Amino acid sequence: MHSFWIIFKQAFITKARTKSFLITTGVVVAAFFLLANISNIIAIFDGDENEENTLHVVSETPVLLENLQAQLALMNSEIEAVPTPLTEAELQESITEGTIDDYLVLMLDGQLTARYVSESANEMGGGAEIENAVQAIHTAMTAESLGLDDNQVGQLFMPVEFERQAVSESSKSQEELSQARGLVYVLIMLIYVAVIYYPNMIAMEVATEKSSRVMEILISSVSPVKHMFAKIAGIGSLGILQMGIFGMAGYFAIQSAGTDLTEGVFSVMGFSEVKISTFLFAILFFLLGYFLYAVLAALLGSLVSRTEDVQQLMLPMMILIIIGSLIAFSGISVPEASYVTISSYIPFFAPLVMFLRVGMLDLPIWEPLLSIGIMLLTIGILGWFGARVYRGGVLMYGSSQSLKDIRKAIHLGNKK
Amino acid sequence: MTLQVENVTKKFGDFTAVDNLSLSIEQGGMHGFLGANGAGKTTTFRMILGLLDPTQGSVRWKGNPITYASSPEIGYLPEERGLYPKMKVEEQLVYLAQLRKMSKGDAKREAAAWLERFEVPHYGQKKVEELSKGNQQKIQLIASLLHKPSLLILDEPFSGLDPVNVEMLKKAILDFQKQGATIVFSSHRMDHVEELCDDMSILDRGKIVVGGSIKKVKRSFGKQNVRLNMDADLSHLCKIAGVDNFTKTKDGALFQITDEQVAQVLLTEAMKLGTLRHFAVEEPSLEEIFIAKVGK
Repeated sequence: MHSFWIIFKQAFITKARTKSFLITTGVVVAAFFLLANISNIIAIFDGDENEENTLHVVSETPVLLENLQAQLALMNSEIEAVPTPLTEAELQESITEGTIDDYLVLMLDGQLTARYVSESANEMGGGAEIENAVQAIHTAMTAESLGLDDNQVGQLFMPVEFERQAVSESSKSQEELSQARGLVYVLIMLIYVAVIYYPNMIAMEVATEKSSRVMEILISSVSPVKHMFAKIAGIGSLGILQMGIFGMAGYFAIQSAGTDLTEGVFSVMGFSEVKISTFLFAILFFLLGYFLYAVLAALLGSLVSRTEDVQQLMLPMMILIIIGSLIAFSGISVPEASYVTISSYIPFFAPLVMFLRVGMLDLPIWEPLLSIGIMLLTIGILGWFGARVYRGGVLMYGSSQSLKDIRKAIHLGNKK
Repeated sequence: MTLQVENVTKKFGDFTAVDNLSLSIEQGGMHGFLGANGAGKTTTFRMILGLLDPTQGSVRWKGNPITYASSPEIGYLPEERGLYPKMKVEEQLVYLAQLRKMSKGDAKREAAAWLERFEVPHYGQKKVEELSKGNQQKIQLIASLLHKPSLLILDEPFSGLDPVNVEMLKKAILDFQKQGATIVFSSHRMDHVEELCDDMSILDRGKIVVGGSIKKVKRSFGKQNVRLNMDADLSHLCKIAGVDNFTKTKDGALFQITDEQVAQVLLTEAMKLGTLRHFAVEEPSLEEIFIAKVGK
């Protein structure tokens, strides 16, 4: 075990000290803080916030303005309606100059009519709140003229009760689904990046040791199998550390932004009702996915003699990961589709797809367990097979850049 | 016998790299492997180290097969030199020694002592890629013997070095042998083998064509050289029975003979031709033996 830890430490520390690792970690952490605080940052550069919420109202009937102000207050709107001494022509000029954003013309000509003017059609959306307010005034005025009392008006506008219910047992309620979706999406993204990034690191590492020819010294000191697994464990730990840093950074970034996790942007992500099991499954599937692909990457890395050839040999593996991610990302909206179910048991896709299903659906526990079992079995077989290839592969030099070399490597490393 | 290689054969597909090779080396002995490129030297070493398994036969070190359990006792300098280019020399030496189960403190101390000995103490904190090829080779040799192995295998230890450094490394290897290590090394420089080793083997296409102690090898070669330095024309002397070969030299001639008696005949015949400046009976060089056995 002694030499295992030495290789483990070596793989961990040398990688952790590299500039690329430190820079990547730093940049991602900085990006987290930047993203979380983006609204605060925009606010700093956007001083004249007040002007944005001021609505200039042109009206010959002062009572309309009062009604509008009352209605906006009732709606908790941030828009402040103010009377303006300017004429319409002057207001339009102001909009063109950019000193004001919009104005509203209210007229009472037997019936209430309103005209909302803003710079471009894009901003018409901003008028929705104002339209609602004007509509409410109109309704109140009409009700009054019809002689309806408040109770009758209330009955008239009572919203219908409309509930959605799913028959499938595994299905989460619509509300739960949309809450889970954001979180699952983010975590799948992380697993996807991790199973590409760290196994690639391993393949490069192995190829570098081979191309610098230090490999022959290493494997004459310790067995290639021990060397391979110590390396995988070392870089895996580095991955957990880095992901841990990202997780902490994300948490503190959101804290520093001073927003509650359940508000604003984050409410969409579903952080309000985080299930701890989702995180545990994410860590588990990250580890399984990492080991699965790391063994494969070490095997492929051991076949090349030059680091330049690594990417070429890694391509089939990358394609597997990309297919898995496509299924997972498309499955977010249809987690119960049969193609998602089937591929969640295929070991190469399972880390992403089974995690998606676990996160989005209420699965009976045997389903993820079965998938995990299949993955463990595959890791075992790949580990055994990879170790055989690795034994011979590391001794093999020459223009080896195709998968056919696997046979050659097994032959070379063969006992007897 | 501490290292025993018994009837070892290694086949790669249809190609036989090593063919029924047997070898035994005593504790504290230094054995030289000579052979043309592709003769099977590196494959033999890899089998001794257990990196490759023989198709047939066995390798024993102190009576047991070499496994990773004996790794601390074995040192290896591969033919293809390799170190981590971006790692500092000291760090690298310590790491490689630790893999051979040496403690970190000991490894640091030894590394410093060896760097001092090779007159490069300031290289400890340099990256390997910053060093010249010759200096990298010194580091490589240190890496192979830092952990004080009792069996040291050196594949072409002197290739690509200038004469000063060759002497320095030779002396280090001899000193290391004096401390009790068994050393096997390969070379295609006959003079190095002749100078350092007691025993040697010449490999050709996976087979040992000549092997044993250098003295015996030379004696059993059955040919000796007679050097005659004089101004007279000596070419007709090659007709004497027992003279195999005749080469004209700058100062006279060199005769290859199969029988020691012929030397006397040559001497008397030559003295009849004029004044003789130099007469010598010489042992054959390994180079001649090598060419005779391999370079047909």
